[in-house]
Amino acid sequence: MNFFDDIDTYGSKTAIIDEKSECYSYTDLINRDDAVRSRIPQRCIVFSVCENQLESVAGYIGFLRGRIVPVLVNATLPADLFDKLLKTYRPAYIWMPSPKSESRNWGEPIYRSAHYVLLKTVYGNDVPVHSDLALLMMTSGSTGSPLLVRQSYGNICSNTNAIVSYLRITETDRPITTLPMSYTYGLSVLNTHLLKGCTVILTAKSVMEKAFWDGLKNHNATTFGGVPYTYEMLKILRFSNMNLPNLKILTQAGGRLSHDLTLEFASICAKKGIEFVVMYGQTEATARMSYLPSEYNIEKAGSIGIAIPGGEMWLEDANGQVISQNDTVGELVYKGPNVTMGYATNYQDLSKGDINKGVLKTGDFAKRDKDGFYYIVGRKKRFLKIFGNRVNLEELEGAIKTLGLNCVCGGKDDHLRIYTVDKGQENKIKEFVVSQTGLHPSACAVILVDSIPRSETGKILYASLT
Amino acid sequence: MTNREKYDQVFVTCFSVEKSVLNDGFVYQSVPQWDSVGHMGMIAALEEAFGIMMETDDIIDFSSYSKGIDILAKYSVSL
Repeated sequence: MNFFDDIDTYGSKTAIIDEKSECYSYTDLINRDDAVRSRIPQRCIVFSVCENQLESVAGYIGFLRGRIVPVLVNATLPADLFDKLLKTYRPAYIWMPSPKSESRNWGEPIYRSAHYVLLKTVYGNDVPVHSDLALLMMTSGSTGSPLLVRQSYGNICSNTNAIVSYLRITETDRPITTLPMSYTYGLSVLNTHLLKGCTVILTAKSVMEKAFWDGLKNHNATTFGGVPYTYEMLKILRFSNMNLPNLKILTQAGGRLSHDLTLEFASICAKKGIEFVVMYGQTEATARMSYLPSEYNIEKAGSIGIAIPGGEMWLEDANGQVISQNDTVGELVYKGPNVTMGYATNYQDLSKGDINKGVLKTGDFAKRDKDGFYYIVGRKKRFLKIFGNRVNLEELEGAIKTLGLNCVCGGKDDHLRIYTVDKGQENKIKEFVVSQTGLHPSACAVILVDSIPRSETGKILYASLT
Repeated sequence: MTNREKYDQVFVTCFSVEKSVLNDGFVYQSVPQWDSVGHMGMIAALEEAFGIMMETDDIIDFSSYSKGIDILAKYSVSL
């Protein structure tokens, strides 16, 4: 039932092709994952520092198979934030790229593979962990928030199976990775294709690099996914002019693709005979909640579609009452086996059970058309998606406050705007934000304002800041 | 401004670097700002500065400051 327990059956089939074009079979992958996990007791917490390379995947699969609980952390997380996270969750082990392990004394090396090292930390293996807890994902790598999402074995397996089903993934599909495996969307591409015994072309290269396209062509990739920014890059690269006869399906999630780009890619893909599937999800729902069947992607461009198999969606008004009328805005609520157990803020939360009980208030406002297709119209919580990454605006404001400065964060996806009344501090704020979050400077602008607009009751009028 | 000055200015602005680092060693990912996002911004800025529209192959081949000079020559921009 757990796909990661069953991949042994794929034996000599190629599981991974890496950037050097080396092929690794399912047996190879399993042998590597055994080598790591045999050194770690079951139910132990491990920080799995992820890069899109073989050993990172092997570690991840091994932890699941060994019922060890990984916290998936992107290798790009700044060292200070990594440190904070370590102290908050007290993992007994860290699985990380060797070069990164040299920068600080995170622990004692007890096993080395070609590029990764397993470290034993100062923490004992005494953190109680709930029996259903499979793994933990970060909600926002960018502010290094210690808030993690607790995913169960049931969550991962049901979501992986549902995605395989609506995308009709078969063993002949060959995805090339475009997203980090520490990110739910990137991880779902791995999970779904490994479940089916596919060959995954594993790369850390971006679509802006020649090596990515060489890999795609040389290894006959049939599919890849992208966040809105990926599609902006594909447009600049004039994807429409590319000759890629093996591509069968492209997916899009991680934020709302603009109406223009949605229509553009829907028609480019239609012309090329490629399926284009727009999807919607959250880490809190493991990965995916809905998808737009590709035959509707022009007629219903902008829609997030319908619930995935096994899921249900509805809208609730401000009083929590279900909205039965069409074309009426309410909060989108999702119910399904992929709704995660809840959050964790520190190691003590790891023993908690399922708080959500299968129902998730998404925090997004949406409406539904007469055919039952949903459209997102806004967000309840104050966060932005910058190049697919979630940036919590309140957390960022809090972080900037530690500099002794006051700001209000706003803007829109891919365009963070930080408003301040502190004249002369704009560069300092920008540098701080860039170094703390790893966001690209071009994605954030610091704007000097005379004053922060407030209502009579003192509430900040975020909408007035444009 | 000469073409070379315009070219250098794009790099300085897009990647927040000093002119002194702009040499053969200045390549993709040699500074954090020159990631895929920065690359896209740089290409857009060069296209605007020189009034050209670059081909896909040239955009993805553009892996260094020096390579860029060769590539722009194809668009009749001599640096």
